[in-house]
Amino acid sequence: MGDILPLVAKRLGFGLLTLLVISVIIFFMVELLPGDIAQAVLGQGATEENLAALRERMGLNDPAIVRYFDWLSGAVVGNFGESIVTGERVSSIITERFVNTLFLAAYAAVIAVPFAILLGIIVALLRNTLFDRVANVLTLTSISSPEFFLGYILILYLAVKTSMFPAIASLSGDLSFGELLHRTFLPALTLVLVVTAHMMRMTRAAIINLLASPYIEMARLKGTPPWKVIVKHALPNAWAPIINVVALNLAYLITGVVLVEVVFVYPGIGQSLVDAVSKRDFPVVQACCLIFAATFILLNLAADVGAILTNPRLRHPK
Amino acid sequence: MTDTSPIAPGLRKEVLLDIKDLKIDGYTGEEWVPIIKGVDLKLHRGEVMGLIGESGAGKSTIGAAAMGYARDGTRIVEGSSIEFDGIELTTSTEADKRALRGSRIAYVAQSAAASFNPAHKLIDQHTEAPVHYRIQKRMEAQEDAIQLYERLRLPNPGEIGFRYPHQVSGGQLQRAMTAMAMSCRPDLIIFDEPTTALDVTTQIEVLAAIRDIVDQFNTAAIYITHDLAVVAQMADTIKVLLKGEEVEQQSTEKMLAAPKEDYTKSLWAVRSFERDQKARPENATPLISVQNVDAAYTGGVKVLDDVSFDIYEGMTVAVVGESGSGKSTTARCITGLLPPTSGQVLFKGEPLPPKYTDRTKDQLRQAQMIYQMADTALNPKVRISEIIGRPAKFYSGLSGTALKSRVDELLDLIELEPSKYYDRFPPELSGGQKQRIGIARALAAEPSFIICDEVTSALDQLVAEGILKLLDRLQKELNLAYMFITHDLATVRAIADEVVVMQHGKVVEQGPKLEMFTPPHHPYTDLLLSSVPEMDPNWLTTLLEERGVDNVGEAADV
Amino acid sequence: MGLFVILYFAFLIIASCLAAYFEKRGPFILLFSLTLVSFVLGIVGGAGALRFVAISAAVLAFAAGISYAFKEFLIIIAPKNTAKELKTAPLTAAFGMFVIFTYAIAGIFAPWIAPHGESEVISSAFAPADANMLLGADQLGRDMFSRIIYGARNTVGLALLATIAAFVMGALAGLLAAVKGGWFDQFMGRFADVIMSIPSLIFALLMLSIFGPQIGVIIVAVAIIYAPRVFRLTRAVAGNVVVMDYIEAAKLRGEGDWYLIRKEILPNSTAPLVAEFGLEFCFVFLLVAGLSFLGLGIQPPTADWGSMVRENATLISFGDITPLIPAAAIALLTVAVNFVVDWMLWRSSGLKEM
Repeated sequence: MGDILPLVAKRLGFGLLTLLVISVIIFFMVELLPGDIAQAVLGQGATEENLAALRERMGLNDPAIVRYFDWLSGAVVGNFGESIVTGERVSSIITERFVNTLFLAAYAAVIAVPFAILLGIIVALLRNTLFDRVANVLTLTSISSPEFFLGYILILYLAVKTSMFPAIASLSGDLSFGELLHRTFLPALTLVLVVTAHMMRMTRAAIINLLASPYIEMARLKGTPPWKVIVKHALPNAWAPIINVVALNLAYLITGVVLVEVVFVYPGIGQSLVDAVSKRDFPVVQACCLIFAATFILLNLAADVGAILTNPRLRHPK
Repeated sequence: MTDTSPIAPGLRKEVLLDIKDLKIDGYTGEEWVPIIKGVDLKLHRGEVMGLIGESGAGKSTIGAAAMGYARDGTRIVEGSSIEFDGIELTTSTEADKRALRGSRIAYVAQSAAASFNPAHKLIDQHTEAPVHYRIQKRMEAQEDAIQLYERLRLPNPGEIGFRYPHQVSGGQLQRAMTAMAMSCRPDLIIFDEPTTALDVTTQIEVLAAIRDIVDQFNTAAIYITHDLAVVAQMADTIKVLLKGEEVEQQSTEKMLAAPKEDYTKSLWAVRSFERDQKARPENATPLISVQNVDAAYTGGVKVLDDVSFDIYEGMTVAVVGESGSGKSTTARCITGLLPPTSGQVLFKGEPLPPKYTDRTKDQLRQAQMIYQMADTALNPKVRISEIIGRPAKFYSGLSGTALKSRVDELLDLIELEPSKYYDRFPPELSGGQKQRIGIARALAAEPSFIICDEVTSALDQLVAEGILKLLDRLQKELNLAYMFITHDLATVRAIADEVVVMQHGKVVEQGPKLEMFTPPHHPYTDLLLSSVPEMDPNWLTTLLEERGVDNVGEAADV
Repeated sequence: MGLFVILYFAFLIIASCLAAYFEKRGPFILLFSLTLVSFVLGIVGGAGALRFVAISAAVLAFAAGISYAFKEFLIIIAPKNTAKELKTAPLTAAFGMFVIFTYAIAGIFAPWIAPHGESEVISSAFAPADANMLLGADQLGRDMFSRIIYGARNTVGLALLATIAAFVMGALAGLLAAVKGGWFDQFMGRFADVIMSIPSLIFALLMLSIFGPQIGVIIVAVAIIYAPRVFRLTRAVAGNVVVMDYIEAAKLRGEGDWYLIRKEILPNSTAPLVAEFGLEFCFVFLLVAGLSFLGLGIQPPTADWGSMVRENATLISFGDITPLIPAAAIALLTVAVNFVVDWMLWRSSGLKEM
């Protein structure tokens, strides 16, 4: 295992560094505002006194670099400052919503991941058949549709016309788990549709790529039965690409979630982000962006580490 | 291993594999085009048949078809017949064919490194077939594997099978794959270019091992290769293929002694061209002088270690060595693509700037290169006139009619009709013509020194000879100096004045050609010289007798 | 059992039998499984469900027909070499080209095609469709059809501009990185990695929140977000060309970077780059549509598909499909481009399995 630890450590270090650079981008981009935040919030008609008061309250009189480190050290322990609009603590606005968003993403992932990988493998094995062609057209159509298109179609047919599911995913405190699943089914299904298509295509490509390797042909020429070729020769080498596909799509899920939350008025962090953007509530925007970016980086990191750990060449060094 | 034709004529009666009128189509993305156009093949028990031909001749496809297997994108056309030991493979069910594969017909692929599954140990892949066919229990199969490894002279036979493929070297993997093919004691083994990816010194041990084991078990084999000298060692009969059709088939001795068809004769043509050795001009400064050059690629591994040699005006220096010996790296140091870490390169006594970007136009013009693969050396999307015209325009500032007449002149010089080739694109030309265009491009710069990097190794014998003659003529007419990078000693004999032998980034020995080819040699030069297969069918046997079986390849490495 | 149902099953069964008789395996399996599914569907959903299937099939057949005709039309008018390429196009790609062609016409000639002005209020809010307004009115009483036509110009135009900006930046950087190599290459690679590790929509929202939702800002933001992706691909494609010996020969001749890019690398990487342009356009288009759906894209009263969906979204709860029309317009164009790209990728991949 000698070679693996340094590799993993290196990858983790690089992930951390990326996160740091991104925090710099997120923080200092706001500094690019013409004037400053106070000006932007209060608008052109603000009096000098009001501006000064706001600057004082937000600590804008300190140099940017000092404020950055204050912000970063706060962010690490979950303190993102206060909202400019409501004066509430950002963390109290976000925390519960973040949990909701994670729930929605997890709900979609639990359905989509096994389903998509299985279908992807089947399609890869049946490649160039009619089934494969139809699947290709369907998945292309699905990834080409904006999330809100799918979302509204589902609302129209499953909520308005048949009222099987609620169109608006309002959550209140004391819902049973089954009720929760029922209420959030449509947003989850929308995400599932988009992500499954992506994941299927990627799985298919990865598997076809794998099946073209000479050692698979060798296994066939040794008279190995087809199921054994898949299970014994293809699968042990398929983990890395599959892990990669899953992580990439989970990462995709976090972006998709923003639009879906808006369509279904789902109380998640994506909604808060969109609200904050239109109200120019910068601390909230920064916090949301940092959380989304961090999740994204973490997933990619997990994929790379997974790929390193499942690589037989690295697991059994020379 | 005393008899070179291992099968006594009396045993040749029983036909094992009988292929009749084999036609195979390949899919181009739009339509099916024939790639094998009706080939017959009859193989007897215990017989080894060599299939030879250029790439694209369809030899690999026939090899796969002998197992009833059509690769992705190919299909066996109806009406073909492949009969293995009385079983018609074209009409058998997939399950029946599968039952033959591995147990009665086995396959050894070109790249063992890619054909072993990286996720499993060698021995687990070895025992898969015998255990699957219930020929042996797992433990028995493992013991048998170890015995086979021993017979194939793999180091540490008891232990090597328990390693993963990436932990074993290429030559050893190729032998392990041969062992795997032997695991069920098949009647027929298909060897698909098993030594093409190996160095000459490693090739010998694999060849010896394969021949030995095929002989011991009296296995029939189809040996696919493009190397005539190799097939002469391995096969009882040779079948020559060209573009999916058979040219001729003969027993090895007859084929070598008296080929019938013109195409075969051209393949066999012994190098007739040989040039007298020139001596260094007296009291002259060398044109190019490589002085104590060390070089390393980023990453720090030293690839050149204190390399020094001189090249004089109008002379040819051949640099020989195996892959990884640093001969191409030396060329990169001279051209300035890889600046040396220490040492220098002098041109007419003046040091050249180490990086090509720091050299003047005139310095760049003086040294030109001709490449091994004409396909990658010429931009496929640029017209011939532009390829040859660009250096003339770039260095001499020619344009308009002057440029056109210069291009015509250059095309004349390389013996290609100017009006016919002026407006064409490289993919429309044959390999030899492309190589000529590469030469014309180098000449367009009016250099005094040309580096020829394996320029003939991708070409057929006859075409290669034409190129060598052309290069020789040009040398006389234009007083060019050549640095000839090659691994082919016949080429060295033909054209070189001086020889530099390299190994592991060092110059092992250097001197005038005649001296180098007369013993006593440096031990490595000796190994290198003797490891290059010769067209004589007894060559391998004689060599093994001289060296002793345990003293070939890596074991003999110095 | 109405006449329709009888005809429906009669058609399917006869067609399956014909397919079986002429040994067309694929169509037979398709038709027969459709017959079996229809039995179940008919029992569960009644004639309505079967009618839906029949209409879908008719629409598909219509699309296939027009794609085929359009493909043949293109083959006739195209020059010889292009025509040869076009012959390999599957129906989906032909369909894609037809849709792109239609959108281009709608976008370019919008003022002549649209019966009303893009922000002209001509009736009451949400007025139903009539002879004057093909698709009814929107929330302010503007003609929906006219706005869709103008949307083709505004939305697609914006996405196209943004894609071109991203593509020019990314491709240039990628080609330069491939030619120069060394620290420039390393730095650009790392830089692209960092930008790409921020989810695209999130990054766009961040920039729009700061600089406000103006067209210029959107274009710059999209260019910054997508240029790294283009960079990566161009770097990879050019990287395959740069290792060729003819590049080495040109370098050793003393040619400059610009000559290498223009004369040696670009002619050998156009095919994958064109396909990549289509792919990037899809991403950019969806992102821009998403932004305007969130109210952060092109601002009213300019007609824009994304915001039209949002403005009319309330109609959905009354079972009206009006808001789906602009959304479908977005989806249709993206599908079309994807179909064409899929074919081009297949052609350039050289992976020509059967």
